[in-house]
Amino acid sequence: MKKLDIFKKGLFVENPIFVLLLGLCSALAITTSLTNAIGMGMAVICVLIMSNLIISLLRKVIPHEIRIPVYIIIIATLVKCVQMLMNAYTQELYTSLGVFIPLIVVNCIILGRAESFASQNTIIDSLLDALGMGIGYTIAVVVISFFRELIGTGGLSLFNPFDGSQVIFQFELFGDYAISLLTQPAGAFITLGCILAFIQFWNNRKSKKVGGQ
Amino acid sequence: MGLFSLFIGLCLVNNVVLSKFYAVCPLLGVSKKPKNALNMGYAVTFVIVLASAITYLLYHFVLVPLDIKYLDLITFILVIASLVQFVEMFLKKTSPEIYKAMGVYLPLITTNCAVLGVALDNISSGYNFVESMVAAVAVSVGFTIVIYLYATIRERLEISNVPESYKGIPIALITAGIMACAIAGIAGLV
Repeated sequence: MKKLDIFKKGLFVENPIFVLLLGLCSALAITTSLTNAIGMGMAVICVLIMSNLIISLLRKVIPHEIRIPVYIIIIATLVKCVQMLMNAYTQELYTSLGVFIPLIVVNCIILGRAESFASQNTIIDSLLDALGMGIGYTIAVVVISFFRELIGTGGLSLFNPFDGSQVIFQFELFGDYAISLLTQPAGAFITLGCILAFIQFWNNRKSKKVGGQ
Repeated sequence: MGLFSLFIGLCLVNNVVLSKFYAVCPLLGVSKKPKNALNMGYAVTFVIVLASAITYLLYHFVLVPLDIKYLDLITFILVIASLVQFVEMFLKKTSPEIYKAMGVYLPLITTNCAVLGVALDNISSGYNFVESMVAAVAVSVGFTIVIYLYATIRERLEISNVPESYKGIPIALITAGIMACAIAGIAGLV
């Protein structure tokens, strides 16, 4: 497989959230605001790149029978490092993401990539795969949080993750007509359901066109 | 009274599946048949209650005295993984039928957010031992109720006329959203 294809497939064709439906737990919970989504995306990219790198390096050393526990220990160590770093440098993001940072350990995307890709491929390929999947995850959570924040609060805002008082942009379009349901848990399910329905609609239309020709 | 309201609060009002999104993956994966959903609920209940007890004791009697609290994540996930392995071996020996019906979802309990999430929540909310046990039972009962109801709704959805684009997962997610609305209706009960 070409290097570029390995990177690109995580973005759209095999997008971990919209297509593979992995790691929905965190994707639904933290998408209340754009800032949270970008922060979570960065954390997942860091853990994914490091775990794919380490597991790919150790793929000939780890015995096949106990590979899953070994992967989990490696991932748990990395997540703890990211959690402590976020507590030190991005305090506000750390508080608003809360328990979902340690829960990256049980995010199926990371264990899934370790098992299905990093354990069988070279270091460069695994890094590209991790980068593609991580960016794909970030795109997905940003899209979900875009709709939830825009419709739920009537505006959009983005803060600097390293310093919560620094505003990158913030505006309000229709604050009086906001549907606050979308910022609540129920809204997360409904938003993701509608986005997936749109993707399914798009694919159906494309396959019909191909079939018609 | 405190314990009772804690139970109702975690089991219904702040149901972990519908308000905190723990365990959404098994909710979408195992909920095709109500019977399997119920079995999954029992297995998860067993693992959550045991894991909460063991992680609580380990945290307060090993990690805190030794001042190595930062190892909590690694310790907890090890405990959970070995418990799931134990449940798997136990079921394989005693009731092979249930073991077969659960299939691949049994080992996947390890990566069920609810198990690790409850263990971490118990520590961060500062519960004592009895309170964390009540919380664990409440969360798992809540999970079982939701996954069973959800499975019955999805069984009915199979034969209903759903728009082409919404077939499958999209309509299932919107169903979960409506269930979350219903749960939100009793907010403020506790």
